[in-house]
Amino acid sequence: MNLLKTSPNADRKSITTLTEHIVEIISDSGEGAQRCGQSLGSIAARMGNGIWTTEIIPAEIRPPARSVAGASGNRIRIGSGYITNGGDETDLVVAFNEQVLLGRVRARELKPGCIIFLENMWRKHTDLNISMAYIEAHDRLVAAGYKVIEFPMEQECKLLNADPKRGKNMFALGMLCYLYSFDLQMARDQIALTFGKKEQAVIDANVKLLEAGHQWGEAHLDFCFSVPATPTSQSQIVVNGNTALALGVMASGMDLCSMYPITPATSASHYLSDVFEKVGGIVHQAEDEIAACAFAIGASYASKCTVTITSGPGYSLKQEAIGLAVMAEIPLVVVNVQRGGPSTGQPTKVEQGDLMCAIFGSHGDAPKVVMAAATIEDCFYAVITARKIAEAFNMVVVILTDASLSSSQQPFTRPRFNASWLAPPFDQSPIPEGARAYNWDASTGLARRFVPGQPGGMHTVTGLAHDRDSHVAYDPDINQEGLRARSLKLAALQKTLTPPEVFGEASGDLLVVGWGSTKGAIEEAVASLRSEGRKVSSIHLRFLQPMQPGIKEIMQRFGKVMTIETNWSDKPDEEIIDESNRRYSSLAVLLRSRCLIDVDCWSEVRGQPVKPSTIRRVLLAKLDA
Amino acid sequence: MSCSTTDCLLELYDEQHELEDYQSGVPRWCTGCGDNAILAAVQRLCRDEGLRPEKTVFVSGIGCSSRFPHYMKTYGFHGIHGRALPIAEGIKMVRPDLAVFVNTGDGDCCSIGAAHWIHAVRYNMNLTVFLHDNQIYGLTKKQASPTSPIGTKSNTTPRGSYLDALNPLSVTLGVANASFVAQAVDWIPESLFEIVKAAYHHRGLSFVRILQRCPEWLSKSFDPWMQDTDRIQLLHHENALRLSAGLSKTYRNQREHDPLDMNRAREIASSEDVIPVGILYQNREIPRYEETRQTGVLRTIETVRQGFEAELDKYTV
Repeated sequence: MNLLKTSPNADRKSITTLTEHIVEIISDSGEGAQRCGQSLGSIAARMGNGIWTTEIIPAEIRPPARSVAGASGNRIRIGSGYITNGGDETDLVVAFNEQVLLGRVRARELKPGCIIFLENMWRKHTDLNISMAYIEAHDRLVAAGYKVIEFPMEQECKLLNADPKRGKNMFALGMLCYLYSFDLQMARDQIALTFGKKEQAVIDANVKLLEAGHQWGEAHLDFCFSVPATPTSQSQIVVNGNTALALGVMASGMDLCSMYPITPATSASHYLSDVFEKVGGIVHQAEDEIAACAFAIGASYASKCTVTITSGPGYSLKQEAIGLAVMAEIPLVVVNVQRGGPSTGQPTKVEQGDLMCAIFGSHGDAPKVVMAAATIEDCFYAVITARKIAEAFNMVVVILTDASLSSSQQPFTRPRFNASWLAPPFDQSPIPEGARAYNWDASTGLARRFVPGQPGGMHTVTGLAHDRDSHVAYDPDINQEGLRARSLKLAALQKTLTPPEVFGEASGDLLVVGWGSTKGAIEEAVASLRSEGRKVSSIHLRFLQPMQPGIKEIMQRFGKVMTIETNWSDKPDEEIIDESNRRYSSLAVLLRSRCLIDVDCWSEVRGQPVKPSTIRRVLLAKLDA
Repeated sequence: MSCSTTDCLLELYDEQHELEDYQSGVPRWCTGCGDNAILAAVQRLCRDEGLRPEKTVFVSGIGCSSRFPHYMKTYGFHGIHGRALPIAEGIKMVRPDLAVFVNTGDGDCCSIGAAHWIHAVRYNMNLTVFLHDNQIYGLTKKQASPTSPIGTKSNTTPRGSYLDALNPLSVTLGVANASFVAQAVDWIPESLFEIVKAAYHHRGLSFVRILQRCPEWLSKSFDPWMQDTDRIQLLHHENALRLSAGLSKTYRNQREHDPLDMNRAREIASSEDVIPVGILYQNREIPRYEETRQTGVLRTIETVRQGFEAELDKYTV
């Protein structure tokens, strides 16, 4: 394929129609590749395309310029249909320098032969080391079969008297809009929305850069793509998982979010801090994770259910306080945006390592509800559901999301506000004489709670074992009774759940079970194998504690069952690993113990979302084993 | 926040409460334990101030003194070790209409919960905090606490504790936004009550360190001060506490101290030979966090709907 026109303004040679394409924009931190990528995703979504955007984040805030580990940007998978995950390797990349590009090449994130638009200002850089590095990298990439197009972003932006440091990203966006045959007016609208808070001059300057990039593409590129869209009639929103969480907090009618800064959870609280007060809500940044949880518990105790949002290390610190909320039966929603662990682990990377501590965490028997969001849309609705469960059952509800969901964007149907999502005002009616603080129902363990301000309801809640009057219990029978009641509530909730839907046929050779952010990738792999006649199906669990009913019955209709997870499991082919010592992935352990079925597992902890092609390979191997 | 509307409830009748209305159960503290004196003073305060039991919450952590809420016939929250303050802050944040008290011990506040203590002072929420300081861990049976005098023999320091005691008054006075710092002793009921009352009336975080005897583990620790009344120094000022004739007669060591004078307050706090009793510092002008954070937005279904839809508009493609 001839990539650049031999003479500018010669006729467009070819439009290649694609069903999907993965494009990424990478730069040093602070050069705006993130914004360029997010905007491209939103424009594609406006066109009616399916998208999934994934942030590419360096571990450091400001890594040195032009460093291999410093790539910052965004990867956008654009498709004709609905896109459920980030997909496999990249088809096309716009790189602001060759070093960040080399990082992506070494991470094997680029498809062989991938098209590369490479900022060419470095070729003539006055620092000979830089220009030599550029030329060497360029030549090696060409030799390796990549289709490298030297892209004069700096040069062109300078013609517009713009600060190229700040303007390149919009120039690149314009070029990409040309390349993917996106409507330029939609791109202008998106810029107006993105910079909506700034003055008109800023918007105009960015639109000018966008148009210049588009013109450059038109004048110089000998090819372009079209990813035909299937627009939906329903209006869509494009947000990442953390924004969806924050919108969920707002829509659930909670009044307070108490938090402590931690990656990758904090952006949810950033957004809430900006908007929550407009609806009378408050974000409290506490002095530490424990205080954040205790503050939320205090607020929940005295009024409506509240939320605390954190990630792994913070979740560990909150454990004792979570146990208190369980013991005192105070509703509380805890969000754990999982990252790589243990300890500080990989703060910006994805992992599903916290399932066990979410279910079994806190000492003693501390039954709590554990849900996992599987999509960006789930991140929104999960909060509303969690708030309702927390208040209906006076329980702690943990929502697990992860670093992938937190920063990925995917369009979903714009939620229609429903007044029933909101928490009702807290009860201030008098308590009838003789009513008891924990009047546990004999069959469900449920009890009405009394909130300060209710005359006649005065009692002291305590983390100590207590009786129905919340008096400290020394009697063995009373302790037994309290533990029973708190445990039964999980069963009571479980009775209201429905079995998971099977993706694919209801029976077959292999059933894949997943949870959390892997849903899209698993289903894509399953669909691909099914299209080849393989008898594989999947289920995806949104409730991990209690588990939905009917799971065992579904599993029994398949020859083999395995989980796909992004947490640790020992590989059975290791020299010293055998059935007596193999450590299974978390969900596999839970399913094996609950269902007494020989559930296998496959997992990886590479800190990256698992790719559909990887899952496909694993499933094929399992099917053929 | 939304909840402040509960302040608007009309009281249709005057409520009269007796001491019994605030008493719950028989305290399980040891005979002679200073906690009993604090309980008596606080129950009297509730009665005298006509606090509505359902609108009053006592929050505590873990330790002997943290059993306090169980003996009050109000709402109570007996939480976990060291975390009484953040729990109380959460309550106050959403329910400024409630009177919120905190009972915490020297281990609870000055050791495991020390971070929360410092930040609670800085938030300056309208809470009344009683530090029951007996200079020893009681419930876990005699270990040195951060306020144990150096040389204190305990089960973890059988040859005497190694470190100088932490001074809770000096620490509190060193934190930004400290607005009310006082000291009382359990064995002078009249001044204890007056200090507790002043603390309750202060708008902001009132921090009262109450020196409290532990007859079980450190029975003689305050004997030198109890035996020599001159070693108790009563603080008084026209803008703070005034001394009754009876009190003046018994305790001759008196000092006029303007509670707005921070430098002098810090000097008094570090007295070693005498125990200062009274208000060391009070500044009514320091903003309260829960008021600073008031959004002024009345939460209704309609406000939430409008705010939510406006946000969705930003992301709609």
